[in-house]
Amino acid sequence: MKIHIPTPLRTYTGGQETVNVPGSTVSGVLAQLTKDYPALQANLFTPEGKLRSFVNLYLNEDDIRYLPAKEDSPTQDGDELTIIPSIAGGYCCCR
Amino acid sequence: MAIAIEEVTLPKLTNEEISRYSRHLILPEVGMEGQQKLKAAKVLCVGTGGLGAPLALYLAAAGVGTLGLVDFDTVDASNLQRQVIHSTATVGMLKVDSAELMLKGLNPNLNVIKHNTMLTSANALDILKDYDIIADGTDNFQTRYLVNDACVLLGKPNSYASIFRFEGQASIFGAKDGPCYRCLYPEPPPPGLVPSCAEGGVLGILPGLLGVIQATETIKLILGIGEPLVGRLLLVDALGMSFRTLKLRKNPDCPVCGTHPTVTELIDYDQFCGIEKPKDLGPLEIAQNKAVAEAAVVDGIPQMSVQTLKKKLDAKENIFVLDVREPHEVPIASIGAPLIPVGSLAARIAEIASHKNDEVIIHCRSGARSQKAALILKEAGFTNVSNLAGGILAWADNIDPSMPKY
Repeated sequence: MKIHIPTPLRTYTGGQETVNVPGSTVSGVLAQLTKDYPALQANLFTPEGKLRSFVNLYLNEDDIRYLPAKEDSPTQDGDELTIIPSIAGGYCCCR
Repeated sequence: MAIAIEEVTLPKLTNEEISRYSRHLILPEVGMEGQQKLKAAKVLCVGTGGLGAPLALYLAAAGVGTLGLVDFDTVDASNLQRQVIHSTATVGMLKVDSAELMLKGLNPNLNVIKHNTMLTSANALDILKDYDIIADGTDNFQTRYLVNDACVLLGKPNSYASIFRFEGQASIFGAKDGPCYRCLYPEPPPPGLVPSCAEGGVLGILPGLLGVIQATETIKLILGIGEPLVGRLLLVDALGMSFRTLKLRKNPDCPVCGTHPTVTELIDYDQFCGIEKPKDLGPLEIAQNKAVAEAAVVDGIPQMSVQTLKKKLDAKENIFVLDVREPHEVPIASIGAPLIPVGSLAARIAEIASHKNDEVIIHCRSGARSQKAALILKEAGFTNVSNLAGGILAWADNIDPSMPKY
């Protein structure tokens, strides 16, 4: 499925705005994403492996925090995942 | 949804105003009553920079009766790439004064209230309380959280927009039954992960685009028309020219706007964001822009002055200077050091492994990225790494005045 990569993280995906990553759940897709692009790991996850709180993940239009299964929500090929970091003017929380 | 503007007695419009706003008046969605609502409205623009400039201009043009402007800063030439409310003639002036000139020139009917101050926990509630809508156009996380919390505590809608490079976000926070900023981002990022203003860079038009979106949302709230971005996050990607909206939910456990709020008064936002209090240099932004580390050692990395580096270079000491900026910065100004951008440094350490025990001095533009790079090298076992405090900007200021500053 498609993952939308925010500008500050595109340096780690070779400049790509969208990448295609297989997986059957959100967490499965993310695991594959960080396997394909290892530099994303530190930006998206804490050392303990939790998603950083100032990074939001949307499955299609929905924030995964509010989906019943959260990170374990099932995904289909046509779905899109969007990563949205906290931004404020010249600042961004990840690079 | 509309906001609670006193509808009891809306101010009358003069003949001059009726003539000025004719294009609004002939729209059924605005009409006389809508224009009167605009005249009665009081909007506070927090920041008169990239976002605040188009925002304030369009609100003034639309006939908003009272505009408050909060800004402590002065106009700098580098602002003019995007802050269209200022001009070459006002470089050096206080931004609130400069903005007022342009705003009153556009619309003399406007009542401008200037707050030449930094918004803090001590003054925010007092400043915000007299306005109907707050439009946040600031460029740092502390103020974002401060404005958000103050708006929720006061029950005022917050017309939010933020930008970074080519992307922007917009929403309305703090509306009744709507989410607030903390529902979206409960915690700020730790400062270690935040690059300085200078590294971000921004396409000048981007805050223009988002600032007008902010103004649009503000006007919709005043007039009570259309569907304001309550419960929606607009994502703008200027490079792809794509606009998407995502659903934002009010978090019932939100510490500020939830059912059992734990934040019932403004907190110390510097502490919340893990930022050290600004010293005598003044407001945090200025302290960071002029990033001259006063401490001799930061996080275990010695800070070297440009004067010391110059001495070492002149004495042809056996040092290795590394530039960690991006390739496109080198043609602007360079001291001739080899380049490995900080983002690729970890992956390219092998290229400089022979210098592991040499005296290594790292520089970037202002000293922030090079500090990060120094930590990366120290982690990788380099034994003698220093950060050039103030970066190439300090070099231009103190050693080579012919060098352009950017």
